[in-house]
Amino acid sequence: MFAGFDLDVIQRSLPYLFREGMTFTLTLTALAMSGGVVFGTLLAMMRLSSLGPLSWFAGGYVNLMRSIPLVLVIFWFYFLVPWIGGWIIGADRPIQVGAFWSSVITFTLFEAAYYCEIMRAGIQSIPRGQVSAGYALGLNYWQTMGKIVLPQAFRNMTPVLLTQTIILFQDTSLVYVLSITDFLGAASKVAQRDGRLIEMYLFVAVVYFIISFAASYSVRRLQARIAIVR
Amino acid sequence: MISIQNISKWYGTFQVLKNCSTEVAKGEVVVVCGPSGSGKSTLIKCVNALEPFQQGDVTVNGISVSDPKTDLPRLRSQIGMVFQHFELFPHMTVTENLTLAQIKVLGRSREEAGAKAHALLKRVGMEVHAEKFPGQLSGGQQQRVAIARGLAMDPIAMLFDEPTSALDPEMINEVLDVMVGLAHEGMTMMVVTHEMGFASKVANRVIFMDEGEIVEDAPTNDFFGKPRSERAQHFLSKILHH
Repeated sequence: MFAGFDLDVIQRSLPYLFREGMTFTLTLTALAMSGGVVFGTLLAMMRLSSLGPLSWFAGGYVNLMRSIPLVLVIFWFYFLVPWIGGWIIGADRPIQVGAFWSSVITFTLFEAAYYCEIMRAGIQSIPRGQVSAGYALGLNYWQTMGKIVLPQAFRNMTPVLLTQTIILFQDTSLVYVLSITDFLGAASKVAQRDGRLIEMYLFVAVVYFIISFAASYSVRRLQARIAIVR
Repeated sequence: MISIQNISKWYGTFQVLKNCSTEVAKGEVVVVCGPSGSGKSTLIKCVNALEPFQQGDVTVNGISVSDPKTDLPRLRSQIGMVFQHFELFPHMTVTENLTLAQIKVLGRSREEAGAKAHALLKRVGMEVHAEKFPGQLSGGQQQRVAIARGLAMDPIAMLFDEPTSALDPEMINEVLDVMVGLAHEGMTMMVVTHEMGFASKVANRVIFMDEGEIVEDAPTNDFFGKPRSERAQHFLSKILHH
């Protein structure tokens, strides 16, 4: 079966695959993670808020995002973001967003729903007394959140947040449907051009596996260390 | 200084506080006791509005805690509170626990807050542990740090919510000693506790609560000498004869 394999095609395309493709994938992962964690944390705070409309909005948003397949969200946002952007800045025609920023926005908004649920669990894991102690000292809501609750919640949830980020890293390959040159997209272009589908897709799978597995392993090590420190 | 006027509080249909009223004058030490579930912790948490209540009012130096116009953080910063489970911030060192609110709420400089923290840690005998994390300290040590954290805000009164009931017996005295010292200095204190020795030694008055009501509110000697209500007599006989 492997007799007709051309492994040379992989070697020849390595610079392209990594310099173009993997750079895009990792940049998208990093940006979507940062944005997603920030927005997700705000959503979690809204969800836990005693103000009805805020918690209702956040709850609705999270449930909506988690109920739609990511591919659909990517498609929809790709077409919608230029219109929404135009509407926000008051332009009468859709603005040029570009595939990169469109995907960053899409993944940020989508992943925020998942990070929200993680941060919600994290915030709820902090004893109520910690909040009381903050308030009793005269700290306001934002100070109590920022200095007392969130640092502890982040710390407790770091392994779960990172695990979600590994999933995000794999999910970014779906931008392939927008013909974007991420790692999978780059490999796919080479595969089509040289007619080496099996080699390229196998190679892509191996690379994703190695990176994700190594990352999961590091997270497990980290988890053990956090457990000891606490 | 602290005036509690006819406050009532419900959890759903269950009434936890029934028309409670009392006053704590400046420099007075008031002990609140009663069986568990009697509402004494809830009452003390109403004083700095950590627990909302539906009826009545609490004023501190004439300022209502339930008035929406009151600057609650400002008011709370003037009332120190010590909790049953210490509630030190586990991700901060002892010193950071003492300086955080001084810097954020009172606007003190880092140096000023640090100096204040150092002086108070010395006073509660914890200065050698200043750079440790709460998790590295015993319960008694943590509670002494928690008292110092409250004092760092230069409060006009201190609230204690069962400060010794989560402690191992051999650690109770180190915490009570700090509290007795405070009382002797004239700090206004409201203390929820079962430590009747502490009550008889330093309290000016004892409030006895049962089922959400203030059943007895009497000068300490009267309370221990001749409690008027049967419920208080019953409570005392159970708690003292062991």
